[in-house]
Amino acid sequence: MVQLTMAKAINEGLRRAMADDPKVLVMGEDIGKLGGVFRVTDRLQEEFGATRVIDTPLAESGIVGTAVGLALRGFRPVVEIQFDGFVYPAFDQIVCQVAKLHYRTRGNVRMPLTIRIPWAGGVGAAEHHSESPEAYFVHTSGLRVVAVSNPQDAYVMLRQAIASDDPVVYFEPKRLYHTKAEVHLDVDPADAPPMGLARVAREGTDVTVLTYGAQVITALDAALAAEEDGISLEVIDLRSLSPVDYRTIGASVRKTGRVVVTHEAAREAGVGAELVASVTERCFHYLETPPVRVTGHDIPYPPAKLEKHHVPDLDRVLDAVDRVLDRPNSLTGVEL
Amino acid sequence: MTTVHTLNPMADLATDVDDVARLLTPAGERVVDPDLQQWIEDVDIAAIQRLYRDMVLLRRIDAEGVALQRQGQVGLWPPCQGQEATQIGTARALRADDFAFPSYRETGVVYARGGKPSDYVLAWRGEGHSTYNPYELHTATQQIIIGAQSLHAVGYAMGVQRDGGDQVAAAYFGDGATSQGDVNEAMVFASSFGAPVVFVCTNNQWAISEPVSVQARFPIAGRAPGFGIPSMRVDGNDVLACLAAMRWAIDHARKGRGPAFLEAVTYRMGPHTTSDDPTRYRDKEEVEIWRRRDPIDRVEALLRAEDAFDDGFVAEVAADADALAAEVRQAAMGAVTRPPLSIFDDVYAEPHSGIDEQRAAYAAYLDGFAATQEG
Ligand SMILES: Cc1ncc(C[n+]2csc(CCOP(=O)(O)OP(=O)(O)O)c2C)c(N)n1
Repeated sequence: MVQLTMAKAINEGLRRAMADDPKVLVMGEDIGKLGGVFRVTDRLQEEFGATRVIDTPLAESGIVGTAVGLALRGFRPVVEIQFDGFVYPAFDQIVCQVAKLHYRTRGNVRMPLTIRIPWAGGVGAAEHHSESPEAYFVHTSGLRVVAVSNPQDAYVMLRQAIASDDPVVYFEPKRLYHTKAEVHLDVDPADAPPMGLARVAREGTDVTVLTYGAQVITALDAALAAEEDGISLEVIDLRSLSPVDYRTIGASVRKTGRVVVTHEAAREAGVGAELVASVTERCFHYLETPPVRVTGHDIPYPPAKLEKHHVPDLDRVLDAVDRVLDRPNSLTGVEL
Repeated sequence: MTTVHTLNPMADLATDVDDVARLLTPAGERVVDPDLQQWIEDVDIAAIQRLYRDMVLLRRIDAEGVALQRQGQVGLWPPCQGQEATQIGTARALRADDFAFPSYRETGVVYARGGKPSDYVLAWRGEGHSTYNPYELHTATQQIIIGAQSLHAVGYAMGVQRDGGDQVAAAYFGDGATSQGDVNEAMVFASSFGAPVVFVCTNNQWAISEPVSVQARFPIAGRAPGFGIPSMRVDGNDVLACLAAMRWAIDHARKGRGPAFLEAVTYRMGPHTTSDDPTRYRDKEEVEIWRRRDPIDRVEALLRAEDAFDDGFVAEVAADADALAAEVRQAAMGAVTRPPLSIFDDVYAEPHSGIDEQRAAYAAYLDGFAATQEG
């Protein structure tokens, strides 16, 4: 067991996956000598050479499109999209090609592609560097979508994503890259909980908080604060956004009867909308009050100096908790 | 002129930085270039002094940006030290009503288009995504998505064609950007429609950590003819060559002959941005070689040789630079962050009930929060 930052845990995951399987390739912009702008691929090129750790031309459609061809040839490419906002030039390849090839070929072609995306805001970055594009990918059948929230999951889920014969969009919250925690590097990814399973990050009895990525930390902070008020929050880290582990969620909702969903992406047609709809369909009779979403606003990601008003903080989560508990809250008395 | 027509795809390499057209040697001596010469005939010593002043002021704005970042006053800064001749030379060739489409690093283009000190720093401070009105400066907001602006420039130029205007659009992008589909698609559209656009590729040798050889084997200017676009490869540290070549390209586009392409061969002296550590990927010696090709020193040498670099002129430029630096600093330090609810402004041009509702809900939330804090 070692103390590792999330960036280091992912680095170790890449290293071990490459060591174990010569067909695993890493490609992206600045991932070689520089080790990636977040140093996630630090020293990999030194260790595995430039044919397996490939500094690509500056072209995201090119990166993903050539990874499709490499996968067709039997490789398992792990591509890095340098920042969330730069995945859009590759969107066509991901949505039209990566997601559909297995289906189109009636299962004859596998797309064991992992698309790593440093993701979301809260780090004071420039425009286009704090996007939350997960809903676009969740909406696309054929892709698996995961979001990590701690170094251990980051390590294990990356290994599982690389081992998966399906394409996986793997979101890494930038604001957690430097958080450290204990990581068991020797767990066998095949024996660990599969990446499709949610994790109860904290047990509680009054309200279920559904979340993922860096927002898990915010939800846990909110749970600590709520405890002082005698309110017990159960925090569920979804880990996987496609598929969603409704078994774990259902068990929690049957216990608490109240649901708050929080994510930093905009609200409209976001992952939260899907979660609320699905939970309502599945657990309607267990719900005491309507589920509530607390999300980023339906605005383009604002400039750094104003981002704290966009990314939900623990107070906004607690306000939503008050709403599902019918306690006085920001919307009390507001005509909707 | 070092057009690509003289280049050989089998022999010439993108990494050859000396196969360029120039009017000023690195030592500051004038050389004659039969093709560029005609485009700077009217450029007298006073005009060269103005170009020198522009470059010194730009270098000062840039140094101030770096310093402000180090002091936590701006979040990020993309230095352009070393690229002054490319930015000033090309931008000064544009007419006020032409339209420029710069990238994040083109501080000098924004400056030359008439940008104010706040225009250089507020976006990097995180106060707003755009800090000037594109229609006032005839300059699009500085683009971060690599290559996207090249298509906008072509579309703008197609609009000029339809309006019967004689403006040109100038698309600025880096060597890395030439790998993007957008830049290649821009060349296809520009060529097919004969759009009055000038592509300015600033080849500063690096795309963050990747040398130009990752993007190109053959000189980048060599691609344009394949699209039917005439091109020129110039010394990007020679402000006279940049000005002359840009005048040629603009003239070509303005006369209705279609797009033109420039590759300015220069060097980024500093890090990619203030978050970057170039020692991880490039040698000190390389930086030193380029230091000896400094675009400002070169013009200084020329002015000295022509007796136009007296103490009065030097003092005047230094005073202007100091004043501008102080304004830049003041613009950053004096910035007032907009109120929270402003995040809902301008999402749509017309009323939108969804945004109105969210604004109201967030206002109620903030009010309640304030009340609790008071209570
Ligand atoms: C679509 C997209 N991909 C990646 C990036 C990240 N990025 C920002 S600048 C840069 C290098 C650009 O190099 P170049 O085009 O040569 O311009 P320079 O920065 O050298 O001026 C990269 C990879 C981006 N901004 N947009």
